[in-house]
This record gives sequence, structure tokens and C-alpha cells, in this order.
Amino acid sequence: MSSETRPRYREESPFKIHGGCGLMGLCDESGARFSGEDAIQAMAVQHDRGNGLGGGFAGYGIYPEFPDHFAFHMMYHDIRAKEEAEAIFDQYFLVDLAEPMPTRPTKGIGEAPLLWRYFLTPDPDKLEAAEMSAEDFVVHHVMRINSTVDGAFVASCGKNMGVFKGVGYPEEIGHFFKLEEYEGHTWTGHNRFPTNTPGWWGGAHPFALLDWTIVHNGEISSYGINSRYLEQFGYKCTLGTDTEVAAYLFDLMLRRHKLPLALACKALAAPLWRDIDRMAPEEQAVMRSLRAVYGPGMLNGPFAIVLGFNGGMVALNDRIKLRPLVAARKGSRLMVASEESAIRAVMEPDTTWMPKAGEPTVARVEGMEWPIHGDLHLPASEISCAVTGTNTSCDSVEVS
Amino acid sequence: MPTSFIQPEFKVKIDYDKCHKCGRCVQQCGWGVYSFNERPIPDDSKCKACHRCVTFCPAHCISIEKNNLAFKDSDNWSPSLRKAVWKQADTGGVLLTGMGNDKPYTKIFDHLVLDACQVTNPSIDPLREPMELRTYLGRKPDHVAVESDGAGGFKLAEGAGMSNNVKLETPIIFSPMSYGSVSLNVHKSLAMAAEHLGTLMNTGEGGLHADLYPYQDNIIVQCASGRFGVNPDYLQRGAAIEIKVGQGAKPGIGGHLPGEKINKEVSTTRMIPQGTDAISPAPHHDIYSIEDLRQLIYALKEASGYKPVGVKIAAVHNVAAIASGIVRAGADYVYLDGFKGGTGAAPQIIRDHIGIPLEIAIAVVDQRLREEGIRNQASIIAAGSIRSSADAAKAIALGADVVAIGSAALMALGCHLCQSCHTGCCSWGLTTQKPELTRRLDPEWGAERLVNLVHAWSHELQEILGALGVNAVESLRGSRERLRSIGLDEQMNKILGVKPAGL
Repeated sequence: MSSETRPRYREESPFKIHGGCGLMGLCDESGARFSGEDAIQAMAVQHDRGNGLGGGFAGYGIYPEFPDHFAFHMMYHDIRAKEEAEAIFDQYFLVDLAEPMPTRPTKGIGEAPLLWRYFLTPDPDKLEAAEMSAEDFVVHHVMRINSTVDGAFVASCGKNMGVFKGVGYPEEIGHFFKLEEYEGHTWTGHNRFPTNTPGWWGGAHPFALLDWTIVHNGEISSYGINSRYLEQFGYKCTLGTDTEVAAYLFDLMLRRHKLPLALACKALAAPLWRDIDRMAPEEQAVMRSLRAVYGPGMLNGPFAIVLGFNGGMVALNDRIKLRPLVAARKGSRLMVASEESAIRAVMEPDTTWMPKAGEPTVARVEGMEWPIHGDLHLPASEISCAVTGTNTSCDSVEVS
Repeated sequence: MPTSFIQPEFKVKIDYDKCHKCGRCVQQCGWGVYSFNERPIPDDSKCKACHRCVTFCPAHCISIEKNNLAFKDSDNWSPSLRKAVWKQADTGGVLLTGMGNDKPYTKIFDHLVLDACQVTNPSIDPLREPMELRTYLGRKPDHVAVESDGAGGFKLAEGAGMSNNVKLETPIIFSPMSYGSVSLNVHKSLAMAAEHLGTLMNTGEGGLHADLYPYQDNIIVQCASGRFGVNPDYLQRGAAIEIKVGQGAKPGIGGHLPGEKINKEVSTTRMIPQGTDAISPAPHHDIYSIEDLRQLIYALKEASGYKPVGVKIAAVHNVAAIASGIVRAGADYVYLDGFKGGTGAAPQIIRDHIGIPLEIAIAVVDQRLREEGIRNQASIIAAGSIRSSADAAKAIALGADVVAIGSAALMALGCHLCQSCHTGCCSWGLTTQKPELTRRLDPEWGAERLVNLVHAWSHELQEILGALGVNAVESLRGSRERLRSIGLDEQMNKILGVKPAGL
């Protein structure tokens, strides 16, 4: 039953994927919505940061007509995969709208999978019988589709948001998906430069689970220990990409360990001991414990990350800033990008600055909920599986 | 009849044309090789090839050569086996030796290579960028719990945060060597160096001499089966306490320090009568199983005001399960001593044939603790022939938090690995209590050499981390992805959790 034309993660995973990338994030903190054109523009000027093997965007606030529905963006290899996935939707969800993703033929975009979107709510009876929160229920079924329906992949499944990604340059992908027709308060974008050629649409960034997405530029030199650390908590890192460990580490610290975002960022991009030694005693005690406890989770090596979610976004650099990240503000708009040119392509900023190594740049949309996550109670292995779409992730590893 | 069939192992050659006839070799040799009759006359049979005379000969006229006696070929009966049989036929005794296993087992460290960054991620220059080696030894909580400090920041929640941990500025510590087996000057050198380096020395099982009290914050005090020198004051002085269950050079074997080495100072420090043999039983007679160990761990914590308590074991077949039990019993660290670890004295048959390689022990223990979700509850100290900073880096990549060095430290002080520590005649004044020999080591000079060695290795570790593109040692710890093996079989790769080079 394995797919003939579309490489699966399984074929990627034995090799760690190396690569550089470009990224952007743009958030209007007033909650005002704007079209995806700015995001496309910002990525277009960073064209040379990718090699045409992956581009993508995430938009938040783009489905105001369905604010409480889980918006599923699906990729299907064939009709059979679509039918199998839809059977699951029909059985466990109320489908309020199912339609092909609006796209247009675009030069540079090769053969695309079947792209559909669905606005779903969990079937109340099934949800009650499952004794799960709605978020758990959704993740559970995402995992099920990714791992058991051959040729189907859930690109995103959050409320009032969506991920648009594929194989191509990001400006081509944005054009293909008609992003100028969507309006959102937060957009992130990514341009991929993988040094191998998996050429699979699902492998592009952003990676998403529920409403949180991650775009990432860099290589985590500490991947080996990060993944082993996560395995201790039940996560299975099968994808072989650094982005995956970053996503799980955020999940572990923010949701399961309930760390404040500021401290989670300090754990991932830890301050130097010599700086900790100079802190006030109470702060020092926090930071010393944080580093000692989360040392195996520290992301070491060059990276810039933008974490997107319904309340805004967080951009973070590695601890000695080995990858570019520029930030700017114009009025209520906060923007980050790999290059300042990307910012100036879409706005004439009031101020620009270089976020310091390990200092998170946070955009928070007015009036929206914080913190980041819904109420997930699923074991980490199911979360791993939902993100990566591999069967092997689902082997139960009852650890903690 | 000949008294022995055994011929001298070495030949001492003196170039009498160059010899000053000064007699310094006579004075320097602890083994009594030389007599003097107008010129020094060597007795080859006593030479241990420790090079003390060679080093101090002002004329550089002494050379030590192997006595290359031909033996009829037999791959099965090596000359050393034949000599062992002859010696035992002479004496009827167990053959004793010192230092570590010298048999040609596979040196796994030499089959592992490290990674480096090229293009896709940058390597880091430790001469220009910070490169952190600081390591905390001890138990870490599962997670950090914080609460608002009321001023927009956060403070640790009540009872959260790291418990008592020992801060190390480099992941290299000195391994336990008891006062008695080594001289007080060796202990002083180690203690002074540990303080200077921000790391630890370890008393071994012989107690803590009063001269070392000023350095107590950099000393692990050991509690072994003989309980020598153990009292509440001793426990409260140490930075951490170590229960010694086993030693890599002699797993399952106790210790025996002969009465001749128990002089007044050793007797006071060990709390035993002068001139009596100091015998450490093979097991702790209050630890016959894991639940007993738990009681001792907590008794020592109670007695010391909850200092970190570690457990030192020899690497043996079932080491992963044993280590797991030790962690669950409440230990703050597990000290794994591989089968190449050194000793002041051990039966040769035990030293050379019991235990498993350190590399395997680290790999299986680290993996087991992770599988059980308790890796954070204890640090792993790896020891047993860490020969260079490369060995240290590989041990850390396999999963160790800290490495301990004993033989290398002694070598910095003059040891030439002549494997004769048990004789008590060490010409370098290290493993002896004879005052005319021990005074050969000036503790300040010794400390400086130890500091140099550990500094050099630490700088090399920084270079390795920089090449790997990480700037903190915790990003290498357990990161087996950065190791590859060459020439190990598939099963061994699996056990080590390391891919072969090329994958």
C-alpha cells in the first residue's frame, strides 16, 4: 500500500536533514487583519535563502466565519486516501464544510497532491464517549489519519488558522494558494534549503499541531541529546529534522511542565553561566535550576525560530545568535525576518532592532487568550505521531 | 636447584664512559637496584622500569632495555603466563599487581570517532567565544516549578529547583585513591589542584587527614566496607559522600593495606591501631541487598545534612540493572568504574579477568536510566582508564556527566605505570609511606602539574565542543549522534547506541 510517487517521512528519516532557510513572522497586535500578500512579499525578497524544495505559510484569524471549527488542511496522494480520511471525519466529526483548497496553476509548482480543507467540530456523542477534551480528540484523530491512512497528511488542524505549504519557492506557494484572498492578524512564512531532496509537500514548514506552528531556520547541533531527552518523556523523534525537537520541547516545557514562555525560551537558549553568576540571588536560583534541569533540552547550535499561535507569535534566536533574525515595529505591527530587506519590502518601520541571542521577541494580539495551548492530555507519543505522521511513533512508550 | 626460573624483565645499562660516578641513581632507586663499588652496579632483577634513575641521572648515561629473552613460540602460552606459573610454583601465593588491566582487550574508545561541523552549521572557536564546561553533580528534579515573584519575574516555587548539587567548573574530577595506598603529599597535591580547578578530589577509603580540612569543599569523602576514618565530622566535611561498593580493578574483592604502611599518621586518619593490617571486607557487611543500600544512603544523608551521596560500583555484567537500583535507592550519582581502572594492589587474576569495559557500562546505564525516566535523578561519573581528553569527550557523548582520572593524575606526578604500587617502594614517592620517598613529592609542585593537566584536557574538550558546533558540555552529554564507530560489530554498535561511520 505504500505510495509510489510521494516519498514518505520514513524514507527521509534515516538521515538527519541539514539545511539553511529563511523565515518571517508578521503580527498586528491590534488584531487588525491583513492579506497574505505581505507575507509573500517578505518571503519573495528572501528567495535565495531557499532552493525551491519547500516553502510555506501559516495564517491566523483567516477563517472568521468559522472561528470555533477545527480547520483541517489536508494533503492526499490519491482519491482512495481522501475517501479513507473522509470516512474518519464523517464518523467522528460534524463536517460543516468540505471543499477543495482554492489554488491556481502556478509556474514552478509541479504536481501537487489533492488539497482539501474541512471545517469540523467533534461529534458531541463521540467526544463524550471518548472522555477527552476536544483538543485531545482532534490530536488523537490527526495521529490516526497520519499513521494509518496511507497517502493522507494533515497539514494543519487548528481553529481559525491554516498552513499553506508545499514543494516550491514560498512566493510560488503563496501565489498557488491565493494567499492574497485571506486576511489574518498573524502570518509566518518559511523558505527551505534542504541539502537532500525529499521533495514531499508535507515536509515543508510550518509544522503544525492544533493552532501552533513552527518555522525554523538552522541546525540544532545538539539534536542527538535533545531527541534522547525527549524520548524520556515519551516523544518519539522519527522525523530526523531539528524542527521536530523544537516543537516537542515547546510542548514539554509550556504545556506539560507549565513553564512561563519567558523561562521556556531561557531554557532553550540558555544564558551563559558567567551571566547567571552575576544575576540577583533569586533570579540566579531560577536560572541555575533551569539550566541544570533542562540542559539536555537546550537547543545548541545555530537557529532562529518563529512559533505562531492564536494569541500571537514568539521569535527566538540561539544563545550566541548564529542565525540572522531582525525585528521591527510599525505602529501595532511587529515583524521578524531573517533579513531586514524582507521587512522593508512590506513596511517602512518605525524602529528596527536585532533581537539579542536567546531573548524572545514576543507579539501578543490584544484581547486574545494566552497561553498558547489548548487543554491537551494526550501522551507525548501520540503528539509525536500527529506531528510527524509515522506509524512508528505510535508504538506505545509508557514512560512517565 | 635454582631459587627461581624467572629472569629479569629489564636490563639496566650504564654508559660508564659518561657516568659521573655521583651515586645519584643509588640514592634515587626505591627498589634497591644499585649498589656502589667505585661505580654504580645494577641488579637487573630488581628493576621495575620506573625511570626514576634515568630521569635524575645528570649524565644521561642510564638506559633501561627489555630483556628480550627468546621463548619457544606459543600463541597459547604467552611468556607472561609461563612466568606466572613459575612464580606461583615458587611461592604458592596469589600474584599481586598494581595499576590497571594491561591485557590486549579491545579498546572501544579507540574505535569511536567524533563529529565536526561543516557548512550547514558553523563550528565555534573557543578562543573567541564562550565555551562552557560547568557541570552540576547530583540529583536534578523532573522539572522546574516557578511562581510569580510579584514584580513581573519568577521565583522558584516552594521546594522546587535543584537540590544539593556540587558545582564543577570542568567535567573532570580526580578518582578515589586512599591515604595509605598513596602518600599524604599525593593527597595534598590532589586537594590543592581540585580547589584551584573548581573540581573534586576523592579521599578513597582511607579517611581525611587533618591537613586536608582547608580543601574540604572540593573533596568527596568515601565510605567503604572497612569504614576507615568514617565519623560524623568526616561526613560533614565532604562536599559529597561516596559509598564504595566496588572498584573496576578488583570487582567483588576487598582491600588489604599491610601493617607496614600503617604509620602514625595513617593510623590516626584511618582510626585503626598503628602497624595493624587495614582490611576492607569484600562486601559491606551492612549491605547484602539493594534495600540495605537505601538505608545506608539515607543514613549518610541524615548524618551529613543532606549532602549528595553517590555510589561507586565496578562495571560488571548486569551493571544497568544495578545502577537503576542504586538510583532508585536514592543515590545522587552513580560512579561507574570500568575494568581497566587502576588500583594500588589487586590480585592480577582478578584485575585482568573480571568486569566489563567502561564504554559499554556508560552506554547501557545511561540508556536504562533514560528508558526508566530517571536519568535526571542521578549523575553518572565514568572512570576506569580515561587516558586523554578524547576519551573524556567520548565518555560524555556516550552519556557520562563527569569523568574521573586516577592513573593519569598519578602520571602527572611522576608515575611511569610500572605496576608495582603494591610493593610500597615507589621511587617517585607516590604509592609509599616511606618518609625518605614520600618527601620526593612537593605538594605545590604536584598541584601545579595536576592543574596543568586538567587545564590542558579542559581546553581540548573546549576545542572538541567547538568543532561540534556546541558551546556547552551538556549539549554533548549523551549525544551519541555525534559519535560514529569504526571496526565494531553490529551488536556492539547497537549496545553502544552508535552508528557506524558512513551512516
